[in-house]
Amino acid sequence: MDMQENYIVSASPHIRSKDTTQSIMLNVILALMPALVASVILFGFRALLVEAVSVASAVLCEAAWCAVRKEKQSIRDLSAIITGLLLAFNLPASIPLYIPVIGAIVAIIVVKELFGGIGYNFANPAIVARITLAVSFPSLMTSYTYPRLFQACDALTSATPLAAGKAGLPLMDLLLGTHGGVIGETCAVALLAGLIWLLVTHTIEITIPAVYVGTVFVLSWIFGYNPLQQVLSGGLLLGAIFMATDYVTSPYTHLGKIIFAAGCGVITCMIRFFGNMREGVSYSILLMNLLVPIINEKTRRVPLGGGAAKK
Amino acid sequence: MGFSDVFKYAGTRQKTGGLKIRHHKDTANFPTEYLPLPEQVVISMVQHTGAPCVPCVEKGDHVYVGTMVGKAPTAMSMHIFSSVSGTVSGIERIFHKAGMGETIVIVKPDGLQEPDPSIKPPEVHDFTSFVDALSMSGIVGLGGAGFPTDIKVQPKNLPDIDTLLINGAECEPYLTTDNREFLEHPDTILYGIDACLKYLDIPKCLICIEDNKEAAIDLMTKKAASDDRIDVCVLQSRYPQGAQNILIKNATGRIVPRGARHTVVGVIMLNVTTVSSIGKYLQTGMPLVSKRLTVAGDAIENPKNLEVPIGTQIKDVLNYCGLKEDPKKVILGGPMMGVAQFRTDYPIVRQNNGVLAFSEKLAKTPEITPCIHCGRCISACPMGLSPVEIGMAFERYEFDKFEGLNVDICIGCGCCSYVCPAKRPLTEVMTLSKGILKKSGKGGKK
Repeated sequence: MDMQENYIVSASPHIRSKDTTQSIMLNVILALMPALVASVILFGFRALLVEAVSVASAVLCEAAWCAVRKEKQSIRDLSAIITGLLLAFNLPASIPLYIPVIGAIVAIIVVKELFGGIGYNFANPAIVARITLAVSFPSLMTSYTYPRLFQACDALTSATPLAAGKAGLPLMDLLLGTHGGVIGETCAVALLAGLIWLLVTHTIEITIPAVYVGTVFVLSWIFGYNPLQQVLSGGLLLGAIFMATDYVTSPYTHLGKIIFAAGCGVITCMIRFFGNMREGVSYSILLMNLLVPIINEKTRRVPLGGGAAKK
Repeated sequence: MGFSDVFKYAGTRQKTGGLKIRHHKDTANFPTEYLPLPEQVVISMVQHTGAPCVPCVEKGDHVYVGTMVGKAPTAMSMHIFSSVSGTVSGIERIFHKAGMGETIVIVKPDGLQEPDPSIKPPEVHDFTSFVDALSMSGIVGLGGAGFPTDIKVQPKNLPDIDTLLINGAECEPYLTTDNREFLEHPDTILYGIDACLKYLDIPKCLICIEDNKEAAIDLMTKKAASDDRIDVCVLQSRYPQGAQNILIKNATGRIVPRGARHTVVGVIMLNVTTVSSIGKYLQTGMPLVSKRLTVAGDAIENPKNLEVPIGTQIKDVLNYCGLKEDPKKVILGGPMMGVAQFRTDYPIVRQNNGVLAFSEKLAKTPEITPCIHCGRCISACPMGLSPVEIGMAFERYEFDKFEGLNVDICIGCGCCSYVCPAKRPLTEVMTLSKGILKKSGKGGKK
């Protein structure tokens, strides 16, 4: 038998794992679905509209950027959808619809594409966008709506659990998310379901969420706050599960992840207990994002058999 | 698995890196078949590490099975013997798989397979005669390294060696030849081990097998039960369990210092097929002239464990096993560390242990996307390196960073490329970086 001699020659290994960037991003999107469903149940279809506008503008921004720059379209990696979803989750349901559009432009164009696109951004795009919006439109961003199950919500403002003071809200409200806040962060049960999906699919390790939440829990207890209230309120779970675990902007060493998450926890508590800003989680993750390169460098593993001899 | 087995497997936990990879060891229960004599055998003069052999026959010469055809120019090489009886039909130069030239001796078999009349079991009674016998055995590290075995068994610190490790991990997916060696020649293996322990004066031996080879574990445990010196060490099936430094760490807890030979921690490690070949050579005097290969892959019609004369061309192996379709990739070795071939007239050499033929589906090279810094390559690296950072330094031409990133200890196992979701060719980059570092005169083995 004659064989055609045009074989593919490539360096080993000749088999690869099934995971791709796209499949990982898809798993994150699936993990965000419970929170999306919860947001619609809690805040009505207005929440879905905010999410749709946010996702659409994020994807369009990325597509437009690639078209203008004549680069290969990168929207197929699905990461813009995640940015859009996370951005929407950080907005109140009553927000005017131009706000998510501005947020998406900041997140995708300024934070992501200007620095080189996926893999090169120094901070989490959704977080920077949220902070930018909070600084630019403080009153719009904090007019939290109160959940009206399945009904169109009006702009009734109500206390968020953090603003409710030391007494806090009933635990059941915190778990189910039946309290005021931005659309994606109130329902702890939905966020935890997402966490389980991320862990089961080996998308993330438990390290960052566990250490982050653990640090906040311990510090709250030390400073005399109700630890469970602190953990379940505000954007902590959303931030710890979905934002602090962003691959690009978190350390890739195990020890680095612990340091990063602990730092996030400490800064969150400091802002919550001693500051007067509402975006404790966002700022803490942003500040720790900036330290990631140095954390990575300082926590490099010693290789098997010992490191290089000192020069 | 009985209750007591729980304890047997309890010590197999492993902390360093590595991966769980689908084994694809479908040929594990296929007994060895023998390839009918091919039309010609092409005996390469490069079948070991060290200087190439020099042909010691001429065109037209008659050779027997076991007649020396390639003479080792230095002590660091190993003689090469004819795998067939017949006539030397040519001595030529061909392109090596790595793109360099190499000399080949082509032998046309006469079909009689007469053994060389001078072959008789070697007289071995002490260390010197044992090493002398090995130097005429044609045996090299058969796990793939090809290091001459007679050199391997005489390290400078031989009196300090307290353990002989038999590497039967066979962690590469698809390959099952070491597994067959355990199942088909357990007594020859034990004969070889006994000789090594006796003549090298080593007190104990650990036969290291991954826990996916239960039949081999059971058989060897039973066979070695009567010998106090020999134990079976069950290791977790986790690629690259069979890599030298990883296996030493997991079997003995000892860590080979960076850049040092593995013998400094008091062990000598031999592949199971190597030790079995030693046993066979001591019993018969027939040097290593044939090799068992696992022939598999999704383009192969009938996957087999096939024993072939050394020098058989890849195309003869593929044709004997049958092809479902034209393969798009042909690999010598396993899928993780094997070498993709660009021609199928290249011959099998003695350290080969597998031929894989992949269809287009498995062969196509995945699209490379930007690194998303997931850190999976770092968790997977069995040597504790940071492939992502080495890759970045390489792309930015920051070659001065390589030394600090310890790229010189990369073993090229392929774990980083395997796990990378962005399908970046990390292993390739690591190997290139290692070469750059070596050229710059820093790092590397001292």
